[in-house]
Amino acid sequence: MKTVEPAHAAPSGRDKAPPATTAKPPRPARKSRDWVPGLLMSAPALGGLIAFVGVPFVYAIVLSFYNVRLGSPVPPTFFGLEQYRRIFTDPDMSGPFLRALTNNLTFAVVVVPVQTGLALALAILLNRKLKAIGLFRSLFFMPVVFPMALVAVIWRLILARSDQGLLNSALDAVSFGNWGAFDWLGDGLTAMASVIVLSIWQGVGFQMVILLAGLQQIPSELYEAAQLDRASRWQQFRHVTLPGMRGTLVFVAMLTSVLAFRVFDQVYVLVNGGGLDEDATRTVMYQAVTTAFNQNNIGQGSAITVVFFLIVVVLTLIQRRVVRPGNED
Amino acid sequence: MTRTPLRRFADYAVLSVLAFIFVLPVLYLILGSFKPSDQVLSGLTGFLPTHLSFDNYTSVLDSFDSEATGYFWRFMGISVLLSTVVVLGGLIINSMAAYGLTRLKWRGQKAVFTVVLLLMLVPFEAVAVPLFYMFNDQRNTIYIQAIPFIANAFSLYQFATFFRAIPSSIEEAARIDGAGPWRTFFAIIVPMSKPAFASVAILTFLTQWGSYLWPVLMVSDPSVRPLPLEMGVFSVQQPVDWGQILAFGVLLVLPVLIVFAFFQRWFIQGVASSAVKG
Repeated sequence: MKTVEPAHAAPSGRDKAPPATTAKPPRPARKSRDWVPGLLMSAPALGGLIAFVGVPFVYAIVLSFYNVRLGSPVPPTFFGLEQYRRIFTDPDMSGPFLRALTNNLTFAVVVVPVQTGLALALAILLNRKLKAIGLFRSLFFMPVVFPMALVAVIWRLILARSDQGLLNSALDAVSFGNWGAFDWLGDGLTAMASVIVLSIWQGVGFQMVILLAGLQQIPSELYEAAQLDRASRWQQFRHVTLPGMRGTLVFVAMLTSVLAFRVFDQVYVLVNGGGLDEDATRTVMYQAVTTAFNQNNIGQGSAITVVFFLIVVVLTLIQRRVVRPGNED
Repeated sequence: MTRTPLRRFADYAVLSVLAFIFVLPVLYLILGSFKPSDQVLSGLTGFLPTHLSFDNYTSVLDSFDSEATGYFWRFMGISVLLSTVVVLGGLIINSMAAYGLTRLKWRGQKAVFTVVLLLMLVPFEAVAVPLFYMFNDQRNTIYIQAIPFIANAFSLYQFATFFRAIPSSIEEAARIDGAGPWRTFFAIIVPMSKPAFASVAILTFLTQWGSYLWPVLMVSDPSVRPLPLEMGVFSVQQPVDWGQILAFGVLLVLPVLIVFAFFQRWFIQGVASSAVKG
């Protein structure tokens, strides 16, 4: 995901090889000898990326400066920064968006450390030469392949507000019947926590697999040396595993934070008929979609989209900056 | 690393407990799909394997049987079609572009590749609203559900990293034998890049099969609805029939689970390589 350096490393290596053989091929001709096939091969994907990523992306910025409504007979009018003023500072209209922003921030602040930590713990547990370890790996990874629409349905049953809900009846059993039914999804206090739990359940296997690959790159000699020095398990973790995993951990944490801001499916499914408290769980993407799709307000939906993109870009840039030096030393 | 039997036992114990907690929701889903509705949402007895039958499955297949409700096999067919087009189309055009941009020499090639890297920063969510507006008159068509996802900057990037690691001597040998860039790519590079194709295919399939946001925006007509969207619609229809909803869910996840079971190694490698190699 972080990139670029191979780009200038590769050609220099290739240029060195040919002169050893015969007379130098003429440089300029070689430099662009393949431009027809090169362009033809790249054209379909480039065309698609321009049409479905590049153009709409620029269009989002343009639309965010207009008052555009879908299906409205009134033609779009230039609106300047009005949409941004409305979502950020207008006392009457900024409420839901600002709530979405804080909700999303809460989600990220909890999910990033918890999910990364849990993924690391699982990865360490699974980085062993035990029988059937592959089975365990698959079990923890399995929820990753579950479509969010289904995950939402399963957790709706687990967290159901009736006393027949799985969690409620389990709590009832361990409290010897003293637990009254609680509406986990519908209560403003626990709604976000519920979304967090089901999201971590579905996603942690993904981070775990990445961290597992990182763990396997730590040379086993380092652990052997640590054991010769009589380092405890905790000391090995602290002084071998953590330093060796720094780059991978930062990468996973940043990846998770980007994913955290993209949260949409589970909130949308659970709010629309699942009894999830809307205000406590609306996310930035949820807000963008409901504004554009349910209220036909394309201009404001685009402005929210642009803000969403800026958040993602900042997170990605931080990720690249932090990961690079970590991997080099 | 030496391990005492006691420690080994402790490892298994911790892993088993965690795995059990992790698998509970899946177990609940599967058991519930074989139980009558009133036995699903029934506290801890939801886990008891009683009253099991295939009734929910047959009712799911039977109850989607009109234009108004949609047909189950049609939802499935649409999902299969969309995944096939996006995965196969994506493999072809993204690998070709990756080759053209990293292994062929032409002016401007680096600049174009940088643009691709920048486009990789743009998640689909950031263009969903303008795309919805741009293609609003194409709503409820099948092709608009697939076409925007074929070209994929991240797949292209994954292919590019793989192709870069191929020694250039292989291509030069092919060139000396008279193979042009197209033949070199299809006859030599593609066959030796199976791991890259496998992991890109699986990651694309996984994302596409569960895709929800774009169908929400673009599809209201049951006759072009893919499975996950119908899952959302069906799960809130009154009266709620939990047994059938869970049976529907099992049928939704079954194809990915089967693919996962067979190609597990590639799933895990694909995910891992997307991060570590970069």
